Amino acid sequence: MELICKTTGRALLAEMRGELDHHNAAHVREELESRFAAAGMRNLIFDLSGLRFMDSSGLGILIGRYKTVTALGGQVRIAAPSEQADKLLRLAGIHKIIPMYENLQDAMTGL
Amino acid sequence: MENKVKIILDARSVNEGFARVAAAAFAAALDPTVEELADIKTAVSEAVTNAIIHGYEGKSGRVCMEMTANGNLLTVSVTDRGRGIADIKQAMCPLYTSKPHLERSGMGFTVMESFMDSLAVSSRPGEGTRVVMTKRIHG
Ligand SMILES: Nc1ncnc2c1ncn2[C@@H]1O[C@H](COP(=O)(O)OP(=O)(O)OP(=O)(O)O)[C@@H](O)[C@H]1O
Ligand SMILES: [Mg+2]
Repeated sequence: MELICKTTGRALLAEMRGELDHHNAAHVREELESRFAAAGMRNLIFDLSGLRFMDSSGLGILIGRYKTVTALGGQVRIAAPSEQADKLLRLAGIHKIIPMYENLQDAMTGL
Repeated sequence: MENKVKIILDARSVNEGFARVAAAAFAAALDPTVEELADIKTAVSEAVTNAIIHGYEGKSGRVCMEMTANGNLLTVSVTDRGRGIADIKQAMCPLYTSKPHLERSGMGFTVMESFMDSLAVSSRPGEGTRVVMTKRIHG
């Protein structure tokens, strides 16, 4: 699992690559929290295009960040989930709380 | 013709990825589609992770994973000798988690149920939990 963070406009762009499961969830959570705080951005965009696999541990990470970011008045968006991730996110109803976009360009629009 | 494997894993999170890969490798003989393979990996990941997080709660232990292929029917069972589940019905409810402080979403059983054709959970508090899942591979 690889996490690459960049800032664009008013958002932190968090690109996740590889497999997100319970084994690496704690590390990813800490890293995301500290990068988000250090970047001083309001919003958070997850680029999942390189994420080959995620399970419910990944859902926990996304929902957890949604809670912390929205509590501070920001927005969270999800871009380009793989078919595996998309199926899981839809089953869990994540698309009803976190807007999902087919590509990163669309996810960045207006933020 | 029936084919069967049994894998004993230490209850350590590093083995979650191994369990997924082993399940995918075993199921590959049934010629699954990419989606079927992803469903199996996700369901196995949920079951093995539950055994490690909830069954043993970070303590050492063993997780037994058995897989059987019979015709186009795949059966996967995941067994732990951990703390067990007192109320299985409640545990299987979507969004129910006993560990909300760990950012669990309570979706594991729902994922197993939706991504596989059948799910059966048996458990005894203090003795452990067994999850048996089946899926017909249409290819
Ligand atoms: N192997 C197990 N041993 C003991 N308790 C279990 C086991 N598997 C599941 N449970 C109990 O069932 C509950 C629901 O499990 P489920 O996988 O649906 O959700 P979760 O693991 O809490 O969250 P998520 O899977 O979304 O991260 C758990 O919170 C736990 O209390
Ligand atoms: Mg679970």
